[in-house]
Amino acid sequence: MDFFWAFVVGGLICVLGQLLLDVAKLDAGHVMSTFVVLGCVLDGFDLYDNLLSFAGAGASVPITSFGHSLLHGAMEQADKHGFWGIALGMFQLTSAGIAAAILFGFLVSVIFKPRG
Amino acid sequence: MDSKFKKENYTDTAKTYYPKVPYVRNCLKAFLVGGFICLIGELLTKFYMQVFDMSQQEAGTPTVTTLILISAILTGLGVYDRIAQFAGAGSAVPVTGFANAVTSAALEYKSEGYVLGVGSNMFKLAGSVIVFGVTSAYIVGIIRYIFNQLIGG
Repeated sequence: MDFFWAFVVGGLICVLGQLLLDVAKLDAGHVMSTFVVLGCVLDGFDLYDNLLSFAGAGASVPITSFGHSLLHGAMEQADKHGFWGIALGMFQLTSAGIAAAILFGFLVSVIFKPRG
Repeated sequence: MDSKFKKENYTDTAKTYYPKVPYVRNCLKAFLVGGFICLIGELLTKFYMQVFDMSQQEAGTPTVTTLILISAILTGLGVYDRIAQFAGAGSAVPVTGFANAVTSAALEYKSEGYVLGVGSNMFKLAGSVIVFGVTSAYIVGIIRYIFNQLIGG
């Protein structure tokens, strides 16, 4: 059942993105930026955690979870260190993804030749 | 002259010549491919939870790292762009789309050298995600912080 809901919820988030592409005529960069802000705002109302516990990877794999993790890390540190914890914790949970993207992106650019 | 081709009617007239967007088809493709990527994510999460005895939250880091690695390699092979043409938002919205944006920008500017090409242009496409993510997290975070202080949380 976990797999089913991961598939359905993840798929539906992507359908929402497709509608932004086709109906609102946004490009992929705008859709991704919108989704990050959306995930962050949803976490601001403590709603994204419900989606995560319900859909697992269906909610943690779409880019909306990046916005959620940014705010989540910030608030976690703000609880410990006060106001400046917001800045301290900003990349607490997201650094793994960004570091991996930089590392693998660089290695691939060294190994592979550009196409097209 | 036919009133259809008057200057004032340009946008209305031009609209009838645009290619029709197959909304339902595109949404179905996005649903299937996006759902499939999340399904792989769920499989990886379960795998890491079982084999390395991690909690669901702990398993998030290796899951995302693995997905990004797969996406970067597929981008290098030119496969991810073909998937993207088919799936639209289905491959752009998952975290693999972020990795694809970083990797394809790095590859595209390889010819300008590793420092000024790859290094400076890597976040050309994906940078906006980080900028808007951090800005909105700061704003929402400060509002939440003040709110928590006021209600004595």
